[in-house]
Amino acid sequence: MPATLQSFVAQGAQMFFVLAIAPAVTGITRKVKARLMRRRGPSIFQPYRDLLKLVRKESVLAPNATWFFRSAPYMIFAFTWVAAALVPTLASGLMFNWAADVVALVALIGAARALLALAAMDAGTAFGGIGSSREMMIASLAEPASLLVALTIAFAAGTTRLPEVAQFLITQPLEIRVSFALAFVALVIVAMAENARIPVDNPATHLELTMVHEAMVLEYSGRHLAMIEAAGHLKLTLYISLIICLFLPFGMAPFDGSADAWAIGIGSYLAKLVLAAVALGVWEVSIAKMRVFRVSEFLGGAFTFAFLAILLEFLSREVQR
Amino acid sequence: MTGAGWQLQALFVALAIYAGAALAAVFLPRHRLGFVYAASAAAASLAIAADISAFFNEVVLKEQLPVGLPGVGLHIRLDGLSAFFGFIVNVGVLMASIYGAGIKRADLSKRIEPLYPAFCAAMNAVLLADDAFGFLFFWELMSLSSWALVVSRHDDPDNRKAGYVYLLMAAGGTMALLFAFGGLAGASGGYAFDTMRASHLTPLVSALVLGAALFGAGSKAGIMPLHAWLPLAHPAAPSHVSALMSGVMTKVAIYALIRVVFDLLGDPQWWWSLPFILLGAGSAVGALLYAVQDQDLKRLLAYSTIENVGIIFAGVGLAIAFKSSNIPPAAGIALAAALIHALNHSWFKSLLFLGAGAVLHSTGTKQLDRLGGLIHRMPKTSAFWLIGALAISALPPLNGFVSEWLLFQAVLTGPVFPEPILRFLSPVLGAMLALAAGLAAACFVRAYGTVFLGRPRSPEAANAHEAPFAQTLAIGLLAVLCILGGLFGGLTAFALNPLLVEYAGAAAAINTQTGPTPFSLIAFDQGRAIYDAPTIAFFVAVSAFATMAAIHLFASKKTRRSPAWDCGFPDPSPATQYTASSYSQPLRRVYGGVVYSSTETVDMPPPGSLREGHFHIRFSDYIWRFLYVMPANALWSLSERFDLIHYLTIRRYLVLMFSTLIVLLVITATFM
Repeated sequence: MPATLQSFVAQGAQMFFVLAIAPAVTGITRKVKARLMRRRGPSIFQPYRDLLKLVRKESVLAPNATWFFRSAPYMIFAFTWVAAALVPTLASGLMFNWAADVVALVALIGAARALLALAAMDAGTAFGGIGSSREMMIASLAEPASLLVALTIAFAAGTTRLPEVAQFLITQPLEIRVSFALAFVALVIVAMAENARIPVDNPATHLELTMVHEAMVLEYSGRHLAMIEAAGHLKLTLYISLIICLFLPFGMAPFDGSADAWAIGIGSYLAKLVLAAVALGVWEVSIAKMRVFRVSEFLGGAFTFAFLAILLEFLSREVQR
Repeated sequence: MTGAGWQLQALFVALAIYAGAALAAVFLPRHRLGFVYAASAAAASLAIAADISAFFNEVVLKEQLPVGLPGVGLHIRLDGLSAFFGFIVNVGVLMASIYGAGIKRADLSKRIEPLYPAFCAAMNAVLLADDAFGFLFFWELMSLSSWALVVSRHDDPDNRKAGYVYLLMAAGGTMALLFAFGGLAGASGGYAFDTMRASHLTPLVSALVLGAALFGAGSKAGIMPLHAWLPLAHPAAPSHVSALMSGVMTKVAIYALIRVVFDLLGDPQWWWSLPFILLGAGSAVGALLYAVQDQDLKRLLAYSTIENVGIIFAGVGLAIAFKSSNIPPAAGIALAAALIHALNHSWFKSLLFLGAGAVLHSTGTKQLDRLGGLIHRMPKTSAFWLIGALAISALPPLNGFVSEWLLFQAVLTGPVFPEPILRFLSPVLGAMLALAAGLAAACFVRAYGTVFLGRPRSPEAANAHEAPFAQTLAIGLLAVLCILGGLFGGLTAFALNPLLVEYAGAAAAINTQTGPTPFSLIAFDQGRAIYDAPTIAFFVAVSAFATMAAIHLFASKKTRRSPAWDCGFPDPSPATQYTASSYSQPLRRVYGGVVYSSTETVDMPPPGSLREGHFHIRFSDYIWRFLYVMPANALWSLSERFDLIHYLTIRRYLVLMFSTLIVLLVITATFM
């Protein structure tokens, strides 16, 4: 069946497309940050070189590290990759789009996080525990917030299937909904926390007591570290894509789009991705990192926003009836 | 052979085997007692076959036995709901029995082994009872046999306290159920469930019945705030009994509630759902906040049971709300979520308790801060426990996520409720469930990380050994069930359709046959929500293995062992690892101040001093203090005050009697 084959190829292409561009997104953010700090900064392709370098190196394991420590990076990478591939980016109609359920998506990210937090404990060092414990504290607020955002949008669209949600949002007349605005703010905060960005965590720090994500991956090296880094790049792209898909889906190719529509889809998606990466860089240089225990207030804010969003969405339905 | 009612006869045979094993165990010498596990496993296998066959053939079998109350007899009924819960019970019993077969001869005891099959039989019998007398009799048998198992190690004062609180709560619960059935039977006193089904109650009576049933069955299920006995009693029992109590007996309580509310009580009112939703949501989050702080592996699991019971309650509550609002498909989804979660929880909770039992047996401790690094010494148990921990954290593609997903689908239908309260409560419930999902992951990452990963924190943990084959087999089989239940959750949900039609009035709310693959779980219709676990699992597995293969082939697969980096200061002492209490410290700071006013006092010696430093954490359990201790104290002081009556002179007794007589006469004269 050529139609099936075609959509299979399209699905595969999307998966590899996301994988291919993800490190560049991180690269752009780093470049913007460096330029704003009046440094020249590495090329935006530096993350690719880093990954290549790490993959080729030997992996150094702590004496206590077990099979779990060694296999977790691949599982984390796979969960994140599948989650990233489930988010409609260029077009909304792909072969396995029916598997793209928002609740499942949030849970897939949660699975990757749980595995990383566990792997951090495996070597039996103090820093692994610090990172893991803080990460789960952050996640205990960030995950519910992201789930509530997902449910808000899913409820507005009448479906939890992401492609259908995107389709609904493309065809929706442009209007500003208070609930969406709240959900947007909540998801942006969650995205910053989940990707270990300033002000929640600093991706560039190795200052012991402030690390969260970096503390968890401290014992990783070589190909295992490469997998985790790649998963990190994918996660950033995933969250940006999710925000684009949920709040700014304009330009995305519809289910039965023509070649032109696809071209517009690719172009607008890449443009939005670059814009988001630049905005993230600007944001990160203009704010300081907060103390770890302020993070809970920050994320509690996100949870409250998300809760208000879903409440508004649920109760405003009454007016329409 | 589908007809002929062999299923019920098979269940009778199974009950007879259980009872016979219990009786025989009383008389046999101690070292022969291991046979009760073989007998129980055989009985459970037979019962599983009968339950499966009864469920899929949708049989309704009735029998009346000439025992029990004079003139009433003992009514027995096997229907879809009994068969479904019977399946849960007997799979749990089978696994616990396989585990029990691995118990060493020296550890067998007259205090445990004779009671074990009696407990199993009582749980099975509760599900079959079709009249109030039989139900209460077997319910009480279940309570008492489990109580006796809890106090089987009564040399520990903690266990005695647990047994005391459990006995009080169980007695109170049975009393409440007695009132519930009394209300259902009405003035005419029809104690058979069939008579109750036919009778119509006034709203006031049905409200009282609901309240009493909620108290009676809810306390057995461990819903907050009736949970106080559960974290004491479940961990106190031997581990395979803990698995049964947490994994299975709570489900019998859920069965009792579903039976009363959906079957006996008539058409539901919308407000019946309120206590279920509120208590369920409160328990889901509240219990986890305790679980995430607990230092005792088995007590942590018991708290997590309360959380899962809360999730099941929330599902039941939503099902009542949707049914009363006449939205059958959503009622079906919510009820399916509750039932599947009951099934899933019985699997992963049994797994976790049996695994905890293996750890306890191997190391002699269940204190998280004395364990660690067991993945080296107990590789099989560790691998299986990991699956259980991920499943209970509701992570795909394991089974816990299936019910979670269905429940969120039901929550999303919330805005169609006609009542504003329910419309408001459904997003609140969604938020609480989301919070519970996040906390559950934190709780089990902490538990797994401190017990199985890292380096051993005590010599006991360093010298641990793998559990006997039978025990790892039981744990492994449950892990397989958790995986299969996750991958084929769609089929499970589809199989439940007859029950959903009967109790929620939903015709095919859950559909798998029209989906993209035969295993897709579809809620409502295909355009609305699909969860396809096998596809997602396939993609994750392929990406993981392909990536690994590619890297090993084309890049590097060299590995070297070297001291841990640890930011340049690796410390050889395992004491530098994060402990369970340090792990939960951030969570304690975020939630603890509000929920249990946790306070930390640090007593740090000044520099140069050789004095020991101290760190204390104090929690206040408000529910225990205000709902248990304070009423108990009030009752105590009241009874002490009335104690005076015992020491009056004869004149005063005469005055008392005389004044009582006058008061009664006045009352009679006024009101009659």
